[in-house]
Amino acid sequence: MLGRANELVCQEIVELVTDYIEGAMGRAERRRFERHLAGCEHCSEYLDQMRATIRLTGRLRTHDLTPEMREQFAALYRGWRADAG
Amino acid sequence: MHTHLLTVVLPIGANAIAALAVGWRGRIGGARDEDAELLERLRAGDEEAFLALVARHQAMLLRLARSFVSSSAIAEEVVQDTWLGVLRGIDGFAGRSSLRTWLLRILVNRARSTGVREDRSVAVGDAGPVVDRSRFDVSGAWMAPPEHWVEDANDRLLAQALAQRIEDVLAELPGRQREVLLLRDVEGLSSQEVCEALDISEGNQRVLLHRGRSRLREALEAELGTV
Repeated sequence: MLGRANELVCQEIVELVTDYIEGAMGRAERRRFERHLAGCEHCSEYLDQMRATIRLTGRLRTHDLTPEMREQFAALYRGWRADAG
Repeated sequence: MHTHLLTVVLPIGANAIAALAVGWRGRIGGARDEDAELLERLRAGDEEAFLALVARHQAMLLRLARSFVSSSAIAEEVVQDTWLGVLRGIDGFAGRSSLRTWLLRILVNRARSTGVREDRSVAVGDAGPVVDRSRFDVSGAWMAPPEHWVEDANDRLLAQALAQRIEDVLAELPGRQREVLLLRDVEGLSSQEVCEALDISEGNQRVLLHRGRSRLREALEAELGTV
């Protein structure tokens, strides 16, 4: 499913988007990718969505230690200290 | 440590250079500096420092352990075992790698020796396009293009539902994809750190990341778009 004159098509863009975001493309490939984006609002939208996805994933909460877990790990530490002498 | 070296070696303008270096490290290495400080206190026998380290890394370790082993109970054991490994190994830890990388390596080893889930054997490149073929025409151009929902995703009222959806999809991902996603996009590790921790190549890491992120995008689209 190659486009004309060596240009990327949308279906290829969605498979290459991570290489692009990760900076893992050669200069020529990157230019080809950006040339497609410049003329394709849908693929630009797709790229925005991938970036939004990464942002949202990065916002997942990490959970604080519960009091029980704190106790558990304090006990682990003291047990180790006692063993280590 | 390097900044101290600078102040000693360079008599003129040293403070300015050190200040620059601190600013730079503060931005990209703040988390590591805090780890290093806590490690230092732990070496001196400070129990609170240990608990602070546990609090900082517990969520990551539990999530990752859960990805390797078949039950939450075993995952918790693996994580406890990992911290015990930290206590036992702390005097030998030279600090050449980051604490996170060290922690992850201990955890992965413990998890592996405990027995791994079946879905971890799934090959890296589980074939198939990341966007369904039916959304493109024969030339490969969009036929059912992505709708615009990026701003909606920032809506506070939606945030909790979306976070839950992301957690659910993460849990359903094949093991290796989940591990890479957790470490890269949830925890914010660099690709190099992830490759080291999971012992995979840059190329494999990127394939796994690509499939996982694409799957998450698809799920968000289903949640937010009308496609």
